[in-house]
This record gives sequence, C-alpha cells and structure tokens, in this order.
Amino acid sequence: MTSTSVEANSKAGSRPNPNAEAFDPFHGVDFSKLERSLHRPRTFMSMLFTVIVSAMTLFALIPLFSVLFLLVWRGGRKLSIAAFTQLPPAPLEQSGGFGNAIVGTLAICGMALLISLPIGLLSAIFLAQAKPDNRLASAVRFAGKVLTGFPSILAGVFAYGVVVMATGGYSALAGAVALSILMLPTILLTSEDAIRMVPERMKEAAIGMGATHTQTVWMVLLPAAVPRILTGVMLAIARGAGETAPLLFTALFSNYWLLWHGHLKLMQPTASLAVLIYNFAGMPFANQVELAWAAALVLVVMVLIANLIGQSLASRQVQ
Amino acid sequence: MATAEMVRQEPVPTNGNVDPAVVMDCNIEKLYYGSFKAVRDTKILFQKNAITAFIGPSGCGKSTVLRCLNRMNDLVRGFRLEGNVQFRGQDIYGRKIDPVAVRRYIGMVFQQPNPFATSVYNNVAFGLRLNDFKGDKAAKVEEALKSAALWDEVKDKLNESALALSGGQQQRLCIARAIATEPEVLLLDEPCSALDPVATRSIEELMKQLKARFTIAIVTHNLQQAQRVSDKTGFLYVDTSEGSRTGYLVEFGDSNQIFHDPKEKETQQYIKGEFS
Amino acid sequence: MPAEAQICKPPTRSQAVTDTAFRALCQGFTWLVAVIAVIIVLKIVLAALPAVRQYGLGFLSGQVWDPHKKVYSILPEIWGTLYSSVLALIFGTAFGVAAALFLAEGFTADAVFALLKIVNLQFHPFWGKLPVQVENLLSNLIELLAAIPSVVYGLWGLFVIIPLIRPACHWLHADLGWIPLFGTNLSGPGMLPAVIVLSIMILPTITAIGRGSLLAVPTRLRMAAYGLGATRWEAIFAVTLPTASRGIFGGIVLAFGRALGETMALAMLVGNANVISVSLFSPANTLAALLANAFPEASPKDVGVLMYAAMVLLVITLLVNVAGAYIVQFTASELEGEKV
Repeated sequence: MTSTSVEANSKAGSRPNPNAEAFDPFHGVDFSKLERSLHRPRTFMSMLFTVIVSAMTLFALIPLFSVLFLLVWRGGRKLSIAAFTQLPPAPLEQSGGFGNAIVGTLAICGMALLISLPIGLLSAIFLAQAKPDNRLASAVRFAGKVLTGFPSILAGVFAYGVVVMATGGYSALAGAVALSILMLPTILLTSEDAIRMVPERMKEAAIGMGATHTQTVWMVLLPAAVPRILTGVMLAIARGAGETAPLLFTALFSNYWLLWHGHLKLMQPTASLAVLIYNFAGMPFANQVELAWAAALVLVVMVLIANLIGQSLASRQVQ
Repeated sequence: MATAEMVRQEPVPTNGNVDPAVVMDCNIEKLYYGSFKAVRDTKILFQKNAITAFIGPSGCGKSTVLRCLNRMNDLVRGFRLEGNVQFRGQDIYGRKIDPVAVRRYIGMVFQQPNPFATSVYNNVAFGLRLNDFKGDKAAKVEEALKSAALWDEVKDKLNESALALSGGQQQRLCIARAIATEPEVLLLDEPCSALDPVATRSIEELMKQLKARFTIAIVTHNLQQAQRVSDKTGFLYVDTSEGSRTGYLVEFGDSNQIFHDPKEKETQQYIKGEFS
Repeated sequence: MPAEAQICKPPTRSQAVTDTAFRALCQGFTWLVAVIAVIIVLKIVLAALPAVRQYGLGFLSGQVWDPHKKVYSILPEIWGTLYSSVLALIFGTAFGVAAALFLAEGFTADAVFALLKIVNLQFHPFWGKLPVQVENLLSNLIELLAAIPSVVYGLWGLFVIIPLIRPACHWLHADLGWIPLFGTNLSGPGMLPAVIVLSIMILPTITAIGRGSLLAVPTRLRMAAYGLGATRWEAIFAVTLPTASRGIFGGIVLAFGRALGETMALAMLVGNANVISVSLFSPANTLAALLANAFPEASPKDVGVLMYAAMVLLVITLLVNVAGAYIVQFTASELEGEKV
C-alpha cells in the first residue's frame, strides 16, 4: 500500500513505526480511479466535444482556402501585363484587361478616405477625451456601432439621392461619398480606441507639464496612437475597395481610363474592380469570366495586403 | 478657457507677511471630492531651495495635498477646494487663473515613470517645445540630463526610445524632462516607490543636488528616505471622527525636530512605527 | 533668476487660440457625424414617402413585381431576406460559436504544445513560441474570412458551390421531395447556395464577438468549476458559455443584421425570382438584391418605388443593428466591473 510508505518517508530520519500500518490517510481510495481513461463517459464526452469543435473550426476555414486556391488557379491563368494595362473587352472580344478598373478602385477609395478620415479622426479625438456622461459622445459612439452594420446597398441609395441626382449624373465622387459612409464608422471607432489605449500616465505627464488640451493631443496622444489608427484606416480601405453595391448606381462603370488626355474625369462614370467582377461574372463569355477571376485575384490581393499591414501595425502600439 | 497671465511678481511684502524665502504657501481648509472630505486644515509653507517632505500612513491625503500645488486635482471629478494656495504672491486657485499656466511653472514627477513613447531627446525637449523655446534646445537637453545624472548613460542613445530604458533611468529621465524648463518648484509624488533600492539611492542623491536650484516637495511613505533627504517635514494623519477618512496635518517643522523630537502624540507613534 | 532666462511661460496667445479652435473643431465634427447619421435615415425615408402614399401597405403584402404593369410589391423579397438570413444565422452560429470556443479555449495552443512535447522542444527559445503563434495565425485566418469581398464570394459561389451541391440537391429532391424543404429542383442559383455563402460571410462576426465574450469570463469562475472536478467541457457548458451567452447573443444579433443587409453574394446566387417558397432549392429574391438589380436601370418613376423598398430594408436592419449594438455594449459594461 502506498499510503504507509508515504507515512514512513514523511518523517525523515525517524525509524518507521511497525504499527503505523493501521493509519490510512486516504481511507482506502483506489488510486487507479485517478487515471485518465476514455472508458469513463465524462472524459469521453469531453474528448468528443473537443474533436467536434476542432473539426467544425477547421471546416469553417475550408472556404477560405478554397476561395484563395480558385483565385490563384483561375485568376492567375489570366494575369498578364495586358490585364493591367488594357481596357475591358467588348463581348466576344478576346484579350483586354482591367487597368482602368484598378485605377478607378484606387481613385474612388482615395477620395472616400479624404472624406472619411478627417471627419472620423477629429470626432474620435473628441470622443476619446469626452467625459463618460457626455451625451453627444455616447450617442455618436452608439451611432457608429450601429452604422458599422449599415447595408452597403443603402449607402449607394443615399449617395444616389444626394450626389447623382444633384449633379445630374454618375461619377466617381458619388461612389466615393457612398464608400465614405461605410468607411467612417470603422475609422471613427478604431481611432477612438487607439487614442484611449495610450497609457493614461503619458497623458498625465503632459498635463502635469502644462500642455494645453490640443498640445496633449498632437504632441503625445496622436503620435502614440498612430499605429492603431493606421490599422483602422487600412481596414477601412480594405472594406471600401471590396464593396460593389454602393458603386452600382453611383460610379456605375466605364470602359475608359480615368485620366484621359491630361484631364482627370472624376465626374464621369468610373470603372472599379468590384463592379467589373460583378458585371463579368454573369456574362456568357468565357473571356469575360476569366477576366472576372483575374480581377478578383487582384482585388483580394489588395485587400489582404491592406488587412495584413493593418494587423501588423496594431501589434506595434505601446500598451 | 481664457488665458490669464501668471503675472510675474517678486514676492513683494504687500501686507508685511510675505517672506521672500517662501515660494509656496499652501492653506487648505477643506478639500472635497464630491461629498467626500479628503483633507482638512493643512497649512504648509514651502521654503526656497529646501526639500519639504510629506509623510503619513496610506490614505492620509499626502498625494492629494501635493497635487493641489499644481492643480492636478482639477482633473478629478467633483474636486473642490476651500482655502488657497499662494504662489508668486497669487492664489493659484483664483478665479481668473489658468491651471495650464500654473503647471508650466511647477514641475511634477509621478510615482510610475511615465516617459512619452518617443526618443529620449524628444522627451526632455518636450517642455521646451511646449513653452515655445527659441534657443538651443540640444544644449538645454544636455544640461537637464546632466543635472539628472543621466547624461553619461544616454548620451549615445538620445534618439532611441525612452521606453527601452530601465525603471530607474526612466524616472531620472522624467526628472530631466521636468527640470528642462527650469520651473521654480518640483513636486515628486513617491518617485522611488516603483524602483529598486539602488535606483532609489541615486534619485535621493540627485534630489540633494537639485535642491540648490529648485524648491522641492516630496511625498514618501519611506520614513528613512524622508529623514535622509528632507529639510522640512510635514506629518499627515487620518481623522475618522466624522465617519469618513479625512486627512489633516498633524505636525510640521524641521526634519530633525520631527524625526528626533516630535511634539504630537500621533507623530511620535508614527515615527516609532506603531502603525504603517 | 533674471527674466530673460525664464523658459517657462503661460500658453501664448496663438497656443490658446489654437486650443480653443481645435476643440471646437473636434466637437463640431462629432456633431457632423451625428447629423450625417440622421440625414442618411431621413433622406431615404423622405424619398420613399411619395411611393408610400401611392402604394400604401399593399406594397408590403403583395407578391407581384411588374414594372410594365406598374404593379409593385415586395413580400417575396421580405420573405427572401428573412428566410435566407435566418437559415444563414443557424449555420453561421453553429460554426461561429464552435470556432469562438476553439479559439478562446486555446485548443490549438494545447495541441501544438503537445506536439512539441513529443520532440521535447516545448521550452525551446524559438520553437517554444510556436503554440501562441499558431493560435494567432488561426485567429487571423478566421478574420480573413471576413476580409474577402462579397462579390468574390458571389463569384466563388457561382462556380464552386453551385456545381458542388447540385448532385446532392438533385438526389434530395428526387428521393425526399415530399419534404417542403426539398420541394423544388435546384437549377442553378437558389436559396441554398446563397445561404451557404451567407453563413460563411457572417461567421467571422460571431466568432470575433463570441471569442471576446468568452475571453472576458473571469478566470476565477472557470477555476471554481475545475476545482470541483469538472472536465474541460463540463466547465465550458456549465460556466463559461452561460456567462458569455449574452455577449455571444449580441454577436449573433449583429451577424443577423449583416446577413439582412448583404447584397452582392445574394444578388449573384439567390436567383432573383419573385417567388415565396420554403424550398431550399428554389430561387428567391431579397430586398438588397432587388435594389442592386433594379436600381441601375430604373426610370425616375421606378426610383420612388425602389426607395420605398430601401426604406423597408433600412427599418429592418436598423432595428436589428440597434438591438445588437445595445446588447453587446450592455454586456461588455456589465462584465467590466467583474473582470479579475
């Protein structure tokens, strides 16, 4: 019995008492019951659930790999210099590319950023400094959270009503306005978080030195929060670049370049990768469908790079 | 927020009571956070070029009193002061006084070292930039770092991140940052409590050197440190008679007297170590 | 100290003016955000009012959409939106919560650690970091699911999912067609492909919020369960999940909101037929897909009607998103005081 040897060894240096056998501190417990065994139902169930959950998680990742694989396989086939430099082909035309769509996506996203970044960042500065009982801050923060789930098509509907009808036509600007509505909540909320994450003690140090509110923001808070703010910006760009619905009837589509004979045509219908993919995917022409895949590959690469940059920046911020 | 000039006055004896050797005159009658009376009846004079220490058990309001001196308590919601704090002949809690301006003249070093997330140089130069200093910043930075006994250790690392320094170095950096603008008064809120004994000693030595140029007020829970370092000491204790813990000044005087011949009973008990 | 050498000085006039101006600017822009939010809602509602007056509530209960005859009604779309979202929510929740549990409980880290133990590398300075890195990689991969643009999912669904499930759907319809769920034949786009893709798209939302809620459960609660002899999963079901349930529920509601508003994947996969059917294989239509298809070619008269449909979608998604945001916020603040 292990119990007696434990007893005997615990009194180091003393002679084992031959009469100690009577005392069993564990009251005759069968230690073999402590062994782990799958025969026991509770242990088995626990293992079973682990297996099920692991399988489900890995299963959930299959689509990701499938999408990426197909993009590379079907899209990669069609990638060439021509794809980047040529204009979209007409039906039944072979070759052609989506160079103007790439430029269009970048231009529309850039313009959307120009609108949403100042508004989002400056509001975030206010929100981060606001007292907890400030009703404007709570309301706007809540509105931001609700707006992150705003249907992208409705952003397009709104931009249609405001810009397209006011200016009388489709334009890159209208598309940018639609996208900025979708980018604004992300930039606003992540920037506020970024500024709040700057350690309180740094803010205290600045105030202790007699910095004004604005000086504290510009000289201490913003520089320290830049990595995470950029993360939010990258995520917003990634989202904006991938959106199709808001552009369907704001920027529409175009088969021409944005920059033509030195004129920047921002108030004209503009091509974008997302809309091109949508248009070409449903066409009965193999060339167009292959181009859709290639364009999808380019778009996903852009979006993934933006996401990865954003994620790596987030880890750089000081805690 | 209107900016009122902190009018630069030599402490002129307008009513015969102002002593040129007194830099700050703190008269706290009552100090409230909301409805909680945190401190009462604490009157302390801060002598020029002397180190004044606050000692007392935890929760007696030492840090609160210290933070009154540069209006850092304004950041706490519900803060209210009945009394006044005289600095350069003016009450810094006067209605027209801008707390931001007050803090320019009074430096503070906190318990936790808190350098900014930027280079060593930028940390020390922060105050210079804040005050729109047009002269040679690099020279002032070097001077401040030398005064803080940190120059030799960082002179090759000026452009590296301040957060890479050790705890003791960071605290000396914070001191350098505070003294770069040459404020009249330096407030130190338990500056060594987050540091190891070696770093603590080096900062205590530093304080004794800085005394020649600055007026220093220090809060510490370390009696030996207060004894080693200070010229004047104020002992604060907690009054629980009204149902809440209100701090008050029990005794104030020369450090020698406080530590070797305390007059009040509570002081005697504290010095002898009967309660923490 | 001579006056000239004094470095300290109060804020200069320009510093003070800049301070006031900048603070006003920030506050102004915050008001701007609030105003923008209100304007977006108002604009759509106001633009819909003429059509509301004209078509009334019959718009919501009728089933015919015929621009030529000027008969408009969106009940099939409302049905399609809700049906597809609910179905997607079921699948998305199952897999999303599973993934959230998997990530929050750290099974990957444990598995990698066990593997490293076999080769005795678990404390190696370089290899020893592998468990955490693999865990982070997995978490990032799930997040990447959300990064793929909707239209790419639509493309993938068209060319991968539909061909993939078609044989199984034919079989189900042929053999089990008496069950309403399998009542029609899958000819191409339809409810099921759309639902499958939609579940994949909303899964990351549930996983992200669910994982956050699970991680926020105070450790001491789980330790209490383990201390009483619970197995891993007994602790999860008895303690962790119930405590995190409200947060997870908030995530589910938010995911529901996303599903309701999702446009492109559905426009490409759901079939765009104004049909109300319980069958998984039947083509259908959603509000968002209707707008996506009809708006570009709409005449000014049609636009008014479409605005009405847009308003209906707006109301539905706003209600769900407000509820979801409120639940998530409410739960987060509750647990904040609890955190140990």
